[in-house]
Amino acid sequence: MSDFWTTLASDEFRRIVALSLGVSLSATALAIAVGLPLGAGLAVCRFPGRRVLVVMANALLGLPPVVVGLALYLVLSHSGPLGVLGLLFTPGAMVLAQAVLATPIVAALVHRTTADLWEEYGGALQVDGATPLRAIPELIVMGRTRLVTAGLAGFGRAISEVGAILVVGGNIAGYTRTMTTAIALETSKGNLSLALGLGFVLIGISIAISATAFALGSGGKQ
Amino acid sequence: MKTIVRRLGLVLGLALLAASVTAARAQSIVLASTTSVQDSGLLDHLLPSFTAATGIQVRVVAQGTGQALATAARGDADLVLVHDPEAEAKFIGQGHGMDPRQIAWNDFIIVGPANDPAHVMGTHDALAALKTIAAAKAPFVSRGDKSGTDALEKRLWRAAGRQPVLAEGDQWYRDIGGGMGAALNAAAGMNAYTLSDRGTWLSFANKQNLKIAVEGDPGLLNRYDVILMDPKRHPEAKRAAALKLRDWLISDAGQSAIGAYRVHGEVLFNPSAKAPK
Repeated sequence: MSDFWTTLASDEFRRIVALSLGVSLSATALAIAVGLPLGAGLAVCRFPGRRVLVVMANALLGLPPVVVGLALYLVLSHSGPLGVLGLLFTPGAMVLAQAVLATPIVAALVHRTTADLWEEYGGALQVDGATPLRAIPELIVMGRTRLVTAGLAGFGRAISEVGAILVVGGNIAGYTRTMTTAIALETSKGNLSLALGLGFVLIGISIAISATAFALGSGGKQ
Repeated sequence: MKTIVRRLGLVLGLALLAASVTAARAQSIVLASTTSVQDSGLLDHLLPSFTAATGIQVRVVAQGTGQALATAARGDADLVLVHDPEAEAKFIGQGHGMDPRQIAWNDFIIVGPANDPAHVMGTHDALAALKTIAAAKAPFVSRGDKSGTDALEKRLWRAAGRQPVLAEGDQWYRDIGGGMGAALNAAAGMNAYTLSDRGTWLSFANKQNLKIAVEGDPGLLNRYDVILMDPKRHPEAKRAAALKLRDWLISDAGQSAIGAYRVHGEVLFNPSAKAPK
């Protein structure tokens, strides 16, 4: 296990952890930016095709990461439509991949929470003169502690994922190597105890993030 | 919630900023290479000296040879380092790459469980050993990932006149569809034989019961070639920087750095730019 402690103390490991957090937090922010209004909108607005979108958001909870990675790879490759952006094998590509995976989770969970609140308080809010769209901010404030869970679920999907970022990031040392791709690499080198140790560190970080988010969420509640 | 969203937005902004700053500061190239030169630690040993000498960052995307060549053919790499002569000839023939140079060689070995159910341990004829393994129906792990090692394995079975077919009851032949490390982990776990490059084998840390069974067959030679992208087909490749890395790898400095890389006291890669095998 001496390998493990040497690894933990290294600059390279700090970079890996920082990159994992940077990429997954960015992806979660993107997923919330898209998923929060989408989920809440689906809960309160009535328009044709709404049910189809709700079913889609729920179906995409099971989106296979490796398929997302492959599709993004083909789009971002030099011979693909967005190749000129030069995003392939960069952290930016990994943010996109994780955001695609996390958005349906955020949208589906936000939809569930706000739909319940809308059923309960929608009448009262509308009596006060609010249109469904105007009521969305109110619903979000009401449900904020439960909505933290939606954000965390999205973050959990992002930081634990390996299939998509391995394809679009390339697991490049010091540049696109994250906790999960490092674990995959150490496993393939046969360094199983080091890989498992890194796994526990990843779980520890997830616990810390989750605790912080809950503290922030309940701190905002009067 | 709004403040959380704002904070997350800030994080996103900072992350993208950091990424673009890093990208702008240093010149970098993408090297599509095989898992064996990465998993064995060779590139981690070589590239810091090259970066120190030239200031060029090398981003290594380590895949099997087939996948590495496909990545480069799509225009997503600036230089290629692989080990499958047949696939390389095709890559060059299609106009993707040019001017291959051998930088090093070592050899392949067949490793297997210490109790040696097929009785091939200590032999030096790969084809005879494969025939014996097939006759004994001893478990054999195949990479099955179109890597250089996988391509050689398929060629060896063809040459041995005994291509395992799962549909015809060859359940002992286990195609795992993974890298060299994954194949060695699988072979260790199921007491199976497998074909490995010597570099990955020597540095592999989870050998368990596995031992070298067959080595020293001239047919098991393993050559590593570096290939430039053809600028006519791939004008997007960063040719000047890629050329610097290629030239460094075949220079005296690069070659002696390759020869100096040892794991547990053993030389993993024999430099051969001057006298290709």
